[in-house]
Amino acid sequence: MKILEVKGLAKSFGKTKVLKGIDFSMEKGEVVAVIGSSGSGKTTMLRCINFLETADQGQIYVDGNCIFDGASGKKLTPAQERENQLNFGLVFQNFNLFPQYTALENVALAPKLLAQERPDYKQNKKQILAEIEENAKSLLDRVGLSDKRNNYPCELSGGQQQRVSIARALALNPKVLFFDEPTSALDPELTGEILHVIRDLATKDVTMVIVTHEIDFARNVADRIIFMADGVVVEEGTPEQVIDHPQNERTQAFLKRLE
Amino acid sequence: MSIFITVTLSLLEGLWTTFKIFALTLLMALPLGLIISFGSMSKIKVIKWPIKFLIWVIRGTPLMLQLIVFGFGPGLLGIDGMDTFVAVMIAFVLNYACYFSEIFRGGIEGIPKGQYEAGKVLGLTKSQVFFKIVLMQVVKRIIPPMSNEFLTLVKDTSLANTIMIYEITWNAKRFMNSEHILWPLFYSGVFYLAFCGILTLIFGYIEKKLDYYRG
Ligand SMILES: Nc1ncnc2c1ncn2[C@@H]1O[C@H](COP(=O)(O)OP(=O)(O)O)[C@@H](O)[C@H]1O
Ligand SMILES: [Mg+2]
Repeated sequence: MKILEVKGLAKSFGKTKVLKGIDFSMEKGEVVAVIGSSGSGKTTMLRCINFLETADQGQIYVDGNCIFDGASGKKLTPAQERENQLNFGLVFQNFNLFPQYTALENVALAPKLLAQERPDYKQNKKQILAEIEENAKSLLDRVGLSDKRNNYPCELSGGQQQRVSIARALALNPKVLFFDEPTSALDPELTGEILHVIRDLATKDVTMVIVTHEIDFARNVADRIIFMADGVVVEEGTPEQVIDHPQNERTQAFLKRLE
Repeated sequence: MSIFITVTLSLLEGLWTTFKIFALTLLMALPLGLIISFGSMSKIKVIKWPIKFLIWVIRGTPLMLQLIVFGFGPGLLGIDGMDTFVAVMIAFVLNYACYFSEIFRGGIEGIPKGQYEAGKVLGLTKSQVFFKIVLMQVVKRIIPPMSNEFLTLVKDTSLANTIMIYEITWNAKRFMNSEHILWPLFYSGVFYLAFCGILTLIFGYIEKKLDYYRG
């Protein structure tokens, strides 16, 4: 079964149609890279799937269950929206770490708050919180920041901040992890460490959608490439198909410009 | 020497009233200010615009005039028996709540949208986002303007004597009339200075405490 299926996702801002019917789906463990020129609607698509914007039309299915249906016209309750949200994780272009918390606290905050809703929270509070803390530590280890646990975001480099934010997103075990140009706010010499972390996640079967301008990285890490232009998916396929042998002329033009 | 002691005791008595106005105003105006700031940011027009109007009126007229309105207004309307101190408190709380609300609003609106969005995608509820993520950052941002308001409030309490509240300045002025001496007024300045000095130290301490992070 598809872990994520997006059908006919459409979104306008005022009169501007930004998404004009996006369709794609992915299997568990798959890594999809989304490429396309700036303004083509990549960010808007991620924001709609993560409920930061409400799509006008289309459906989103997770594990075959419809979690969003634009046609129903019903507005989701905040509780439903939260439940949906927890299917996904989103790594922002500019990290958005919480400045008043240490790296470890940033990672552990959401799981701790979520755990308060567990029925056994009162009885096993100590143990639950200790487990969350341990998990947060191991996530920071995983992104290579075990020695920065107790540092505040302002004490970290951009690359380190982005790695904390990846650990933070992983802490809730999302079914699909989305990245919106995770390296484009970083100095070129820092992009490598982020790409390294993402590549490592890919080998561990984390299901990911990565919006990126790093074509070589996309080719290297992704099982599938989606090329977007003007709010539609123009071409999709394996990296060999889309990057090395693009069929659509817009894809060809886009790739040519990058060279 | 005995007159010095008399004056000191009298001023200390006034200082207690001054302090009461100060503390009670903060106690009520801070939460009310937060509520008013939410109102002024509301998307619902029938909430937002009346609140904006109230803020405009309160900030656009002298506090002394507001004291007179609340102090003498009820009497003029035939409502007797409202305690003058209560009138003073209403005027101060309303006035300061409006100023605080604008500071809160500035602080809240200054928090980057990304902070709310990061909280939201992590499955936090709206109130968790506010209390666990936004509030601390707002507090840090508003400490400097707040410390200004607190100091202004200390000195504004002297306006209460216009409607016969016997705070420190009133007590100092009393000697001008009865003993024909001016120095108790100058002396009262020392009390204000000490009060503000303590506040400045407290704010300095809080600012330092919150200095552990940037942003
Ligand atoms: N909140 C918004 N209001 C109005 N227009 C928007 C908004 N967000 C994005 N857009 C417009 O939508 C288009 C696609 O933007 P975006 O999704 O950010 O593209 P990409 O991420 O591919 O660069 C752009 O033309 C942008 O100006
Ligand atoms: Mg974008």
